[in-house]
Amino acid sequence: MRFPITVRSLGAPRLLLDETADEGEPASSEIVQIAEAAGIRGRGGAGFPLAVKLRSITAADLVIANGAEGEPTSVKDRFLLRERPALVLRGLRLAARAVGAGRACVYLSDHAAAVTLRRLAPDGVDIIEVPPGYVAGEETAAVRAIGGGPALPTAKPPRPWQSGILVCNVETLAQLALAARLGPAAYRMTGTADSPGTLLVTLSGAGRTPALFEVPYGVRLGDVVRSHLGRVDRVTGVLAGGFAGGLLPARALDLPLTHAAFAGVGSTLGCGAFVLLAGDCPIGVAAEVARFLDRENARQCGPCVKGLQGVAETLDRLVIGSATGEDVDRLERWGAALPGRGNCATPDAASVLIGSLFRHHRPLVRAHVGTACPACVPADFRIPVEET
Amino acid sequence: MRVAIDASVCDGKGYCKRFAPEVFDLDEWGYGKVVRDEVPADQQANAMAAVEACPMQAIRLV
Repeated sequence: MRFPITVRSLGAPRLLLDETADEGEPASSEIVQIAEAAGIRGRGGAGFPLAVKLRSITAADLVIANGAEGEPTSVKDRFLLRERPALVLRGLRLAARAVGAGRACVYLSDHAAAVTLRRLAPDGVDIIEVPPGYVAGEETAAVRAIGGGPALPTAKPPRPWQSGILVCNVETLAQLALAARLGPAAYRMTGTADSPGTLLVTLSGAGRTPALFEVPYGVRLGDVVRSHLGRVDRVTGVLAGGFAGGLLPARALDLPLTHAAFAGVGSTLGCGAFVLLAGDCPIGVAAEVARFLDRENARQCGPCVKGLQGVAETLDRLVIGSATGEDVDRLERWGAALPGRGNCATPDAASVLIGSLFRHHRPLVRAHVGTACPACVPADFRIPVEET
Repeated sequence: MRVAIDASVCDGKGYCKRFAPEVFDLDEWGYGKVVRDEVPADQQANAMAAVEACPMQAIRLV
């Protein structure tokens, strides 16, 4: 079956090209140098330099290609696993050789991709399928699930690399395979000096069918949106970085797609997924996201369980007009108290969301006190890519 | 010396703050949190007492 989401590129496509040419094998010592010279950044959310990650690991035992895409507004990893599995497997083999790991596996929650990969994966590469879940793709959840436990995060330290386990997002590995094929100089011909190459971007919302784009790092978000919608003037705001980057005003369309630019406005580029708002009330959107985080958190860490429950209830009360000024003050205080309060970054995502509401929409939040909002309408931001 | 609380184990009993108030505090929801990343020399005995006192064994030396 074809991938059910439209896939396009701005500029020359790389990941979207379906090339499976026979290629040479760089020596293991050369692979880290390729990652470093190409300047590959991790595509799982944090944008951490791949070469630094490869160098910091000692006595590597296992490499995990992480494709358990838990962000409901992103489809890029499932696209790569289903449609470019050879590229992902090649990147996984290169990473395993670079760190000298004897074991490798692909960790995912997409059954269609698992079927394809089980057919293609060479001996020694396990395909580990777990039920879909928001926190399943967190790196310690991946390690725990592969060890036979539930796909839920564990306390850090130790981070997986400190225990000889390298966890890389599947797009990061596909980019490593591309850099090895193109050579670092050609790899850097697109993108920016700080973030070379291309990245995959999922756009949804604004009443339009979602689409997946491959774009050079550094293009403006608005340029991708224009290509998607044909215009940008209908866009009144953006839910950025999956559910990790909060609600940004329409001027975020002027931001270049780099990790630094989004970090600079208190947000994150994250997994490159953006929900475009066209008249949707930001309070209603925040309430929807908070309900999701309240429902989908791991139920492990007290501050996250209790904090997100309170946040979701307060935002729901703002939507129906029953919240008080004290509720609003408490919501802002909770937002400031949530970062770092769990084993994974779910409370941090809620904090960014609340922080963005007060930073960009404070008068609107106050206007919801005691007044039901007609523009706060229920929405479902999940993008279905199940087989039909 | 550094300490960390496993947030998934902490049950909010509050022993950490009682034994080492300069190292631990309770958060908005009553769960323990580390307020001094690097435990000063004159607080290490208190921090160790908190590690031993925590009924959930949620505090680790890292």
